[in-house]
Amino acid sequence: MQNPAPDIPLNHTPLDTLHRELGAKIVSFAGYAMPVQYPAGVMKEHLHTRRAAGLFDVSHMGQVLLHGDADAALEALTPADISALPRDRMRYTQFTTETGGIIDDLMVTRRAPAMLQLVVNAGGKAEDLNHLSAHLTSGVEIEYLADQALLALQGPQAAAVLARYVPGIDRMPFMTGMSAPLLGAPAYITRSGYTGEDGYEISIPNENAEPVARTLLSQAEVMPIGLGARDSLRLEACMCLYGHDIDQSTTPVEANLAWSIGKRRREQGGFKGAETIRRQLADPPARLRVALLPADRTPARDGTPILDAGGAVVGTVTSGGFSPSLDRPVAMGYVPTHLAFPGTELTLSVRGKPLAAKVVRMPFVPTRYFRG
Amino acid sequence: MTRHFTKDHEWIEVANGIGTVGITDYAQHALGDVVYVELPAVGKALVQKQEAAVVESVKAASDVFSPADGAVTGVNGGLADEPARLNGDPEGEAWMFRISLAKPEQVEALMDEAAYKTFCEGLG
Repeated sequence: MQNPAPDIPLNHTPLDTLHRELGAKIVSFAGYAMPVQYPAGVMKEHLHTRRAAGLFDVSHMGQVLLHGDADAALEALTPADISALPRDRMRYTQFTTETGGIIDDLMVTRRAPAMLQLVVNAGGKAEDLNHLSAHLTSGVEIEYLADQALLALQGPQAAAVLARYVPGIDRMPFMTGMSAPLLGAPAYITRSGYTGEDGYEISIPNENAEPVARTLLSQAEVMPIGLGARDSLRLEACMCLYGHDIDQSTTPVEANLAWSIGKRRREQGGFKGAETIRRQLADPPARLRVALLPADRTPARDGTPILDAGGAVVGTVTSGGFSPSLDRPVAMGYVPTHLAFPGTELTLSVRGKPLAAKVVRMPFVPTRYFRG
Repeated sequence: MTRHFTKDHEWIEVANGIGTVGITDYAQHALGDVVYVELPAVGKALVQKQEAAVVESVKAASDVFSPADGAVTGVNGGLADEPARLNGDPEGEAWMFRISLAKPEQVEALMDEAAYKTFCEGLG
């Protein structure tokens, strides 16, 4: 095995001291020193999140507020129906390119009638901010929340735990948000996440992050979870990882994210890449992102060639690894649309060896959202 | 019988011209939960510092390199069924493969236990 790369100067989240105290293995991720795992290890952290509750530090992600009437401007950059978004409701969407590719994927929440909150990927935030400032109309102010931490509490026990500190928050439905004091801190809490489980994302001032995290971790159900398990959890839920499953060369339709495109937006267009995206909604695109289940225990990683029955390379794995919940490898990748039906038999070429795999329905592990 | 170590965190112990090879505890710790092990075929000719086996954790795949030239004489087949054993006793019962050494002097040139310990401490 290879030695780790030498250290480079990194940004630190407000929980850095806590991560080290908890014995986390720290890695460089998108310019941040982040915990990839704690002493329990990826497998236990993953299974604990599915069984009880896990606390994730996702403060490296970009939190942005748009003040003013930003609806039309944001609709020009994303295929989501923003103007129909009620207060304290949120949507998943993508910044698209002129050709329908994806610049980044993000969550949009209407925190007030004239205030939208965006949560974007750590690796994309600089580019996203440039993109926003280049395209948002005058009268919209972009505020980057450098002083806000973001914690995720995920898992079937997350609601019971958080309701001890925010009474009633267990009744808040999936994909909604609310302002609430949390242990004395002004928090904005959404019922959302990146695991497929019920859970919350909690935006709080940096100075409150550590005491809030310590209190949540003091609860018997809660364990700290690193980026390693965050990745295996989202893979089981078939959620996209930017730079792997989606990028500027993939469209939301090809990525099987058409569900996130607003009905009115499909009909009217008016967003970057609308021509390509609307055409692909009418006539299926040439390829689609699918879930793949390898037949044996060999994991197929990102970059693994996908072969058809005749042995021709027809696609590539974009995310692949081991599913702790299923105790077997799982993968996602792009295949020609005629090979995207569940049940289709394909071959993965792992280190030159053919490995049988089957297209299966997404997600690998059923989601357990609380819809009220 | 002495044990030697590579900078890539493999160990090798030689008896009667046969080297037993595995990964070190440092390696298993760095890898995390091992979920898959691919061992070389018996009879395969291995070359020093070339890929010999693959160890995969939940997160990533890592190559295991051969510490010396030689042909594979045996593998610890049980690891394929129970890869997590590599997290338990990688320097003992969870050895990976055995090779008949073509150039025994290659092993003598590797780090001994004290040197490897110092090497690992230097990695932080």
